[in-house]
Amino acid sequence: MTRYIIRRLLYSILVLWGVTLIVFIALRLSGDPAQLLLAQGNPTKEDIAALRHSMHLDEPLYQQYISFVTHAVRGDFGTSLRLKTPAFREVMSRMGATLELAIAAYIFALLIAVPTGIISAARRGGIVDFFSRLISLLGVSIPNFWLGLMLILLFGVRLKWLPVSGRGEGLQQSLEALVMPAVTLGVVFAGTLTRLLRSSMIDVLQADYVRTARAKGLRESKILLRHAMRNALIPVVTLAGLQIGFLLGGAVIVEVVFSWPGVGRLVIDSINARDYPVVQASVTVLASILILANLAVDLLYGFLDPRIQYS
Amino acid sequence: MTALPRDNALLKARGKARAWRYRWWGRFLTDPSALFGGIIILLMVISAIGAPVLAPDNPNKTSLRERNTPPAWESNGSTSHLLGTDPVGRDLLSRLIYGARISLFIGLSVTILASFFGILLGLLAGYFESWIEEIIMRIADLFLAFPFILLAITIIAVLGAGLLNLILVLVVTGWVQYARLVRGQALSVKQNQYVDAARVAGASSGRILLKHILPNVAASVIVLATLQVAFVLLTEAALSFLGLGVNPSIPTWGSMVNDGRLYIYNAWWVITFPGLAIMVAVLGINMVGDWLRDVLDPTLRTV
Repeated sequence: MTRYIIRRLLYSILVLWGVTLIVFIALRLSGDPAQLLLAQGNPTKEDIAALRHSMHLDEPLYQQYISFVTHAVRGDFGTSLRLKTPAFREVMSRMGATLELAIAAYIFALLIAVPTGIISAARRGGIVDFFSRLISLLGVSIPNFWLGLMLILLFGVRLKWLPVSGRGEGLQQSLEALVMPAVTLGVVFAGTLTRLLRSSMIDVLQADYVRTARAKGLRESKILLRHAMRNALIPVVTLAGLQIGFLLGGAVIVEVVFSWPGVGRLVIDSINARDYPVVQASVTVLASILILANLAVDLLYGFLDPRIQYS
Repeated sequence: MTALPRDNALLKARGKARAWRYRWWGRFLTDPSALFGGIIILLMVISAIGAPVLAPDNPNKTSLRERNTPPAWESNGSTSHLLGTDPVGRDLLSRLIYGARISLFIGLSVTILASFFGILLGLLAGYFESWIEEIIMRIADLFLAFPFILLAITIIAVLGAGLLNLILVLVVTGWVQYARLVRGQALSVKQNQYVDAARVAGASSGRILLKHILPNVAASVIVLATLQVAFVLLTEAALSFLGLGVNPSIPTWGSMVNDGRLYIYNAWWVITFPGLAIMVAVLGINMVGDWLRDVLDPTLRTV
C-alpha cells in the first residue's frame, strides 16, 4: 500500500512535469512578450533588448525552462506582465471563486444524479426512468455556454429573479449569484452521472448477493441503499475523478458567460494579453489540482472496494 | 465419394429472409429514439449539402436597416426573415443552414483523423506491451491530466484561430480516448487462440494486427466514434463561442451565439436559435450513438 502510494505520487509528479513542459513550450512559441508589451510606445531596438534582458528572455530556452521550474516549485511564477503583481498570488486570489463554483456544481450534480439514477434503475421502464433518461440525455447534449445564456435570459432578464453576472457580497447575494453558474456547470456532469449510475445500478441489481438479500426478506430500500448502491458507486467514483478535469475546463466557459471572477476568466484574459507568467501559473495550478484529485480517487477505491489490490 | 443428400428443410429456412424487424435497419426503424436521431442527422446532412439551394438568403449579406429583426411570428417580425436577423442584419435561418456545413465538416474530419491515430497508437500499445506501450500510454495520461478546454485554448492562442488549427487541436486532444479503448481491447483480444494460431502459421505482426485484432475492436470503435462526433460538435461550439474557432466570415453555430451575446436584452432570438441547433444536433448524434452501443457493444456503457 505504501509502495503503491509512493509510486503513484512519483508518477503524478512526472505528469505535472510534462504539463509544465507543454505550457512552457506552447507559450514561448506564440510570440515575443517584450515586443508586445512595448508595441504601443514605438520602441527602439535597444528598448526591446533591455526589456528582454530584464525578463530573461535573451537566455537560451533550456535555461529559461530550468529557471521557470525551479522557481515554480517555490510558488514563484514571476510577475504578471499585465497586472504587475506576482502571478501566483493573482491565481490564488481567484482560486476561491473557481473552487466555490466547482464545488457548488458538484453538489448540485450529486443531489440530482444520485436519487434519479437509483430510482431510474430500481423502477426501470417506469415513468421516472423515462423522464430521467430523457433529461439526462438532454443534459449531456446541451452546450453549457448556451444553457448559461438561456438561464440569464429567463431568470435574469425576463423574470429578474437572479443577478446575471459577478459574485455578490453578503451571504444572500452570494448564494443568489452562485445559483445560475453552478447549475450551468453542473448540468452536464449531472447528466453523465445519472446515466452511468443507472446502468451500473442495473448491473448490480442482477448480482447474486442482491438476490440473496431479497430472498432473506430485506426491505427493498435497504437492499438498494446498503447492498446495491455501494457497489454501483465504484464506476461513479472513477467518473467523478475524470470529470474534475471537465469541470475545471467547463468553469472557464461558465466564468466567461457569467463574468465570474475566477481562474478561468483570468486565463482567457491573460492569453489575450499574452501575459505568460499568469497563464503558466494558472494552468500549472489547475493541472496540479486535477492530478491530486485523480490521485485521491485512485486511493479512494481501496476503501470502496477492498477487492482491488494495490500493486 | 457420393454427394450428401441435401437437407431441403435447412436450405429453405436459410433462404427465407429473416423478418425485417430483426435486421439492423429494422431494429433501427422500430427504435423511436434511434429513428429520431437518424432523422436529425439526415436533416443536418441535407442542409449542409443543399445549403445554397435551401437557404432563403445569402448568409453573409449584412443590412444595418434590418438589424435585430425579430422572428416572423413576433409583432415586428417580417416574413422575409423567418427566424429574424442578427445584430448586423444577416438572416438567421440562412446562417443556421450554412452553419450545419462547418459543424458536420469539423465533426467528421476530426473523428476520422483522431480515430485513425488513436486506433494506430492503441493497437501498437496493446499488441507490443513493451516500452512502446509505456510511452504511448504515459502520453495519453498526460493529455487526460490536462483540463481539456485549457489545452485547446493554449494551443489555439499559440497557433492563432482558424479552421485547420481548430481541427488540429481537436485531433491532438481527441485521439486519447480511442487509444485507451483500443489498447484495452487489443490486450484481451490477443489472448485468443486464433491469434496464436496465426502467429504459428507465420503471419507477420502487421497482418495479425490488421486481420485478426482490428476487426474485433471495430464495433467498440464505431460506437465511441459516433459519441465522439457529438463531443467534437460541443467543443467546436464552445471554442467558437470564445472566439477561438474558424474565420468569422464562415457562419458557425457557436460563433452565432457569441454574436448575439451583447444583445441578450433586446434580441433573444439571436442567441436562442443557434444554440438550439447545436443541442438538437448533438442530441440526435447521441441517440444514434446510444442505439449503436446497445446493438454493437453493450459493455461500453461507461464511455
